[in-house]
Amino acid sequence: METSLRTDPGFWFMTALGLVLLFLGPLFWDLFQIMQITQYVVLSVYVLSLAYIWGFGGILSFGQAAFFGLGAYTFSVAAINMGETTFPFVLAFAIPAIFGAALGYFMFYGKLSDVYMGVVTMVVTLIFWKLINHTAGPEYAIGDARLGGFNGIPSVPVLNVPGDAQAWLDPGQMFQVFMAILTLLYVLLRILIASDFGRISMGIRENETRAALLGYDVRRHKVIMFALGAGIAGMAGGMWATYQTFIDPNVFSLEMSAKALIWTMAGGVGTLAGPIFAVVLLQYLSLKLGEMHILNNNFILGGIMIVLVLLVPKGGLPTLRDGIAALRVRGSVRRSGTPGKVAPDV
Amino acid sequence: MDYTIIVFLEILRAISWLVILAAGLAIIFGMMKVINFAHGEFLMLGGYITIMSHNAGVPLWISMGVLAPLVVGVFGIIVERLVIRHLYGRIIDSLLATWGLSLLMIGGVTMVFGNTVQGVSTPLGSLSIGAYQVPGYNLLLIGIAVAMMMAIWLVLRFTSAGLIARATMQNPDMAETLGVRTSWVYMATFGLGSAVTGLAGGLLAPLTGVAPSMGVNFVAQSFITVITGGASMIAGTLSAGTLLGTISQGVTFATGPVYGDAALLLAALILLRLLPQGITGRIFRKSL
Repeated sequence: METSLRTDPGFWFMTALGLVLLFLGPLFWDLFQIMQITQYVVLSVYVLSLAYIWGFGGILSFGQAAFFGLGAYTFSVAAINMGETTFPFVLAFAIPAIFGAALGYFMFYGKLSDVYMGVVTMVVTLIFWKLINHTAGPEYAIGDARLGGFNGIPSVPVLNVPGDAQAWLDPGQMFQVFMAILTLLYVLLRILIASDFGRISMGIRENETRAALLGYDVRRHKVIMFALGAGIAGMAGGMWATYQTFIDPNVFSLEMSAKALIWTMAGGVGTLAGPIFAVVLLQYLSLKLGEMHILNNNFILGGIMIVLVLLVPKGGLPTLRDGIAALRVRGSVRRSGTPGKVAPDV
Repeated sequence: MDYTIIVFLEILRAISWLVILAAGLAIIFGMMKVINFAHGEFLMLGGYITIMSHNAGVPLWISMGVLAPLVVGVFGIIVERLVIRHLYGRIIDSLLATWGLSLLMIGGVTMVFGNTVQGVSTPLGSLSIGAYQVPGYNLLLIGIAVAMMMAIWLVLRFTSAGLIARATMQNPDMAETLGVRTSWVYMATFGLGSAVTGLAGGLLAPLTGVAPSMGVNFVAQSFITVITGGASMIAGTLSAGTLLGTISQGVTFATGPVYGDAALLLAALILLRLLPQGITGRIFRKSL
């Protein structure tokens, strides 16, 4: 079902879109718009972590926020201690990835079923949330960084030019860096999905037993995917921390995990582009609805989630694609009497 | 000697607490293989009903023991008819939908009551054992946990409703061909599980007060108890509750409540690594 990348118009469209926004965006937007769009970019990186492991490996994590938060705290603590942000950024990927590998080992080698896995990942997030909430006292400090409990960590450093700790990036440059990361990540994930590794992941997603009988080590494969997803989520957490220059335990909240799920579901499980569009659309929507102060944000999110599960279980992009494909087939049948080509994956 | 009794009572209380919290979830999971992710919010709803009706003049015991289970039970039946019933057999989808429900309920209650904590004072005074004081309410909780488990066991074991329930649990298709309306059994089960959860929420209210996001604090403990217990309702809940309650309370005595929670999770993770189907997946398999 995966077409070759070279002949996939969706892939080239998304890559081109990313590059155009990267170079031209800051020329046209004012500061507020740049800040707003940077937020969408960071959250898109976050949603890709779940869209990848869920859509292309069948691993449903209810606790992506655990890795997101772990990355955010890792970055903040390391950046405050080191005074620069390049190496902390690497750590924000590495430490959640290692933690993800350890947790994944427990879950996949323990052969936990989907339900159990969902609950375990969620509980891990909750435990993080509880532990970090209890670190308000001055004795909870790592080096120069006080964890601050429910007050969070203020004054997380802004990104700086690698090697020059005094050269801070302005919001436009930060947007460009993040957009570059997002575009690169999208391209790399698409290449990974099209590779042999990716084909095996999808084989496992479709039928775990069959993949195992064909001689693939399902457990190891899933641990690698899970750790990779954890690392990406952690990196997004680091980006979030430096974007806001502030973090508090809410990065570990259930809402944060739920958002990743909702965006992925809304965009379409099994696509990478769909969830990104869903981030932009739904975040914009909840911003506008939130401004009206009528409906509570959780209320909206929950409602969307239930409606999606009941009515659009496949998600936006696949539903749209199937609709277009059906129209095309009908059109080409009417014209020539033979079914036409079906639209490729995005 | 007195201190030993206190420690023993505290551990018993921790176990009963887990059993009461998890019972509603275990009923639904054991019968329907559906995990109700909105469990914490059902607790919260029970708590709100208790406190609101008590403030309106209803005696505390009535609002706690009658109104909270009744209203939450009816609410559960409505939810089952509207959402859950479309999702049987789609475990992941039912998880996602109930999670959506949980967010919806948090948001809804926040809109109605605001984001503040409300409470009532704990009933029953305290009992002195030697130099120590034990809150009477703790002893009540232990009693209720025992009564709850006894009641579920008696119903399942000795009534025809229990027989039908067990048949549906073991093999829904077979039960259906034998004339059991399994969809009604599911509806009743969900309602019953919700009612038990409502009661738990009511019992919780005087201890912690109520706030829209309070469910989060208890949901982890309940899930972990049910999951490590495995598919059998009574044996699973009891064995997991005993094991995890003892561990977490032991660690709490040694270090403090935060690490108690963490120890509970860690113990559960290790246990699941060894027994992926939960305790009753391997041991006590034939029990209820």
